[in-house]
Amino acid sequence: MFKILHAEFLAPGIKRFVIEAPRIAHKQKPGQFVILRLYEQGERIPITIERSDPERGTIGIVVQSIGKTTHLLNSLNAGDSILDVVGPLGKPSEIEKFGTVVVMGGGVGTAMAYPTAAALKRAGNRVISIVGARNKELVILERELREVSDALMITTDDGTYADKGFVTDKLRQLIENGTRIDLVLAIGPIPMMRAVAEMTRKEHIRTIVSLNPIMIDGTGMCGGCRVLVDGKSEFACVDGPEFDAHRVDFAVLVQRNSMYRAAEQKSLEEFQHDPESQVESVRTGRTGACAVEGDGR
Amino acid sequence: MTEPTKQPTKQVSLNPVPVKERMKMPRQHMLEQSPLERAHNFTEVNLGYSEELARQEAQRCLECPKATCTIDCPVGVKVKEFVQLIVAGNYMAAAAKIREDNVLPAITGRVCPQEDHCEGGCLMGKKVQPLGIGYLERFVADYEQGHLDISNLPKAPPTGKKVAIVGSGPSGLTAAGDLVQYGHQVHVFEALHTPGGVLVYGIPEFRLPKQIIREQIDYMRAMGVEFETDVVVGRTVTIDELMEEEGYDAVFIGTGAGLPQFMGIPGEHLNGVYSANEFLTRINLMHAYEFPKYDEPMVDFRGKNVAVIGGGNTALDAIRSALRLGAGKAFILYRRSEAEMPARIEEVKHAKQEGIEFQVLAAPLEFLDDGKGWLAGARCQKMALGEPDASGRRRPVPIEGSEYNIPLAVVVIAIGTSANPIVQSTTPGLATNKRGYIQANETTQRTSRRGVFAGGDIVTGSATVILAMGAGRRAAKSIHEYLTTSGEW
Repeated sequence: MFKILHAEFLAPGIKRFVIEAPRIAHKQKPGQFVILRLYEQGERIPITIERSDPERGTIGIVVQSIGKTTHLLNSLNAGDSILDVVGPLGKPSEIEKFGTVVVMGGGVGTAMAYPTAAALKRAGNRVISIVGARNKELVILERELREVSDALMITTDDGTYADKGFVTDKLRQLIENGTRIDLVLAIGPIPMMRAVAEMTRKEHIRTIVSLNPIMIDGTGMCGGCRVLVDGKSEFACVDGPEFDAHRVDFAVLVQRNSMYRAAEQKSLEEFQHDPESQVESVRTGRTGACAVEGDGR
Repeated sequence: MTEPTKQPTKQVSLNPVPVKERMKMPRQHMLEQSPLERAHNFTEVNLGYSEELARQEAQRCLECPKATCTIDCPVGVKVKEFVQLIVAGNYMAAAAKIREDNVLPAITGRVCPQEDHCEGGCLMGKKVQPLGIGYLERFVADYEQGHLDISNLPKAPPTGKKVAIVGSGPSGLTAAGDLVQYGHQVHVFEALHTPGGVLVYGIPEFRLPKQIIREQIDYMRAMGVEFETDVVVGRTVTIDELMEEEGYDAVFIGTGAGLPQFMGIPGEHLNGVYSANEFLTRINLMHAYEFPKYDEPMVDFRGKNVAVIGGGNTALDAIRSALRLGAGKAFILYRRSEAEMPARIEEVKHAKQEGIEFQVLAAPLEFLDDGKGWLAGARCQKMALGEPDASGRRRPVPIEGSEYNIPLAVVVIAIGTSANPIVQSTTPGLATNKRGYIQANETTQRTSRRGVFAGGDIVTGSATVILAMGAGRRAAKSIHEYLTTSGEW
């Protein structure tokens, strides 16, 4: 049982949690993730760790409501608990002094890119961050990213905030302006990561993406998260989640992530039919879940 | 705890049946769900012995002076003694007798390949059918579960030593159960959310009900064993941290057979192609067969063609699960002949009764795409048997020009596993072999690292529950010796 100490919406449908998980907080490195399960009948879902505080024994995660489990999770608040949280899983991001690094976050991917951007900055890199969101409301972690970036660019699909367009437009501008780029890290929706990979492939810019395939155990045991990298199967949970974008077969990733779409839709519809009672059943399945004041960090 | 070697010398038989009559008694069959019924449910196939059947079967035991059954048992269960206690009607004493050597009797009674061990060693088997030792063990274990009060189990005086067990599968549970009886403080770490390892994620409900595992684990908790789930040792905490920061005096690594092997043939990434580990984990650990009551989904098997590649117990568990999910046609695709299949005899028999088809001497060359990223079928090749290979089994040799296509909606690949590197790669100085398995002494289970022991599939590669338990038992004895002597390495 892992207690939620703090929970706040960063944007509509995007919530940040601070969870008591001392063992994970002690070990977490940027780029790693946890797998969590909310209740006895729940599925296991991977979520990137946004930050950790080893002294307080807490980790932060940022969750976007997409399917049933994330909707349920985002209905929980400080004082509630999560049944299972295991991690940190996956290989940490490669952090060294590359020179100039462009960190690109699309949507909630921004929260996953943030810890790596911060670590790259600490390692002495010049960090240019590009954040994209559908609209103004969905731009998250702007202040945090600005603190760890030498430059921050923001795009919104509809132009309601900053520049109208996509993150790839900004990357193209950088390339066209002759900016020397030693590494690109892109985390976001698959179409965005694929578009970045195509753009940087031509320029021979090393590009890292963080992949989000369907996963169960997270320790390499099941092989469900296999992705096609250079024509070979690799497991995102132990060989990744970060991979060289130019070697990843994005079409296979899209195809495999669609495998349970009908079932996922059915789960979500059933949840939305009566969300309150389901949230309540998740809460009452707990023992010792008493209200705790959020530490707010 | 007693050692399995020394047997009491003289014993008056309580068996009313004269020895020469015993060979004439037929082996008592265990009641089973009918094949037609069970092929559509996940409820246990075997229904157990009644007291009467158990006593009749127990009376068949010849009480051989040299108990080859015990000698052939990896954990050395005192078969003759426990069987005589069944004859006497003292089932609780029989259970206690088994527990001296085997902390998981309800599990081994169900999943052990008895034909390779105790029943394989049974003298009766030379002439007639061997004594039903597995059935008797199961009967005793189930009887005990129904009658035991675990609130007041005797506890050994504490030694003050702490042992960490990494992995709660068969080897880890056995080591934990033995070590706690020596009086050591035992803490078991499990990566998944439920203890039991392969017993939980690998073996289906119809062969080993999860309730049985829960009961065995509750029993171990009552013995004083502590369990901590959601800890991936190597990631959440390292072996070095356990020893240096958390004060463990010894560690046993029983992390099991880790990574699923794929075939490296085209089309393995298609939707509808599973590793056996994933397929079985979805069903057993995540209850995907109960979707939408449980959230974990599974592709729709109803009326579809499903093939499992492989011939071991895992392959049979997978294909019989597929049948229960409603597969229209469910078959095993195995590259050797049935004689070389490593699966338990009883599983093969049960599978055939249920209508599983066996296509032997055939292997897939490629999985075919339906044009939308889903599996449409497999291109296969026929095989002939050549000379024996390193495993002693005859090698499959492809027959040129024998290629053929079969339509398939789902394929499960059950051709084995390789070593999961998480613990090895995060434990400096822990020696591994060239395939990545941990090197451990075969008797003491000691590794190259002081205070660190290992056993089970992470040392041997994929084997059986009982062999892993044997390793756990040897490790416990050896850890106890290490902790109670000068600790030389």
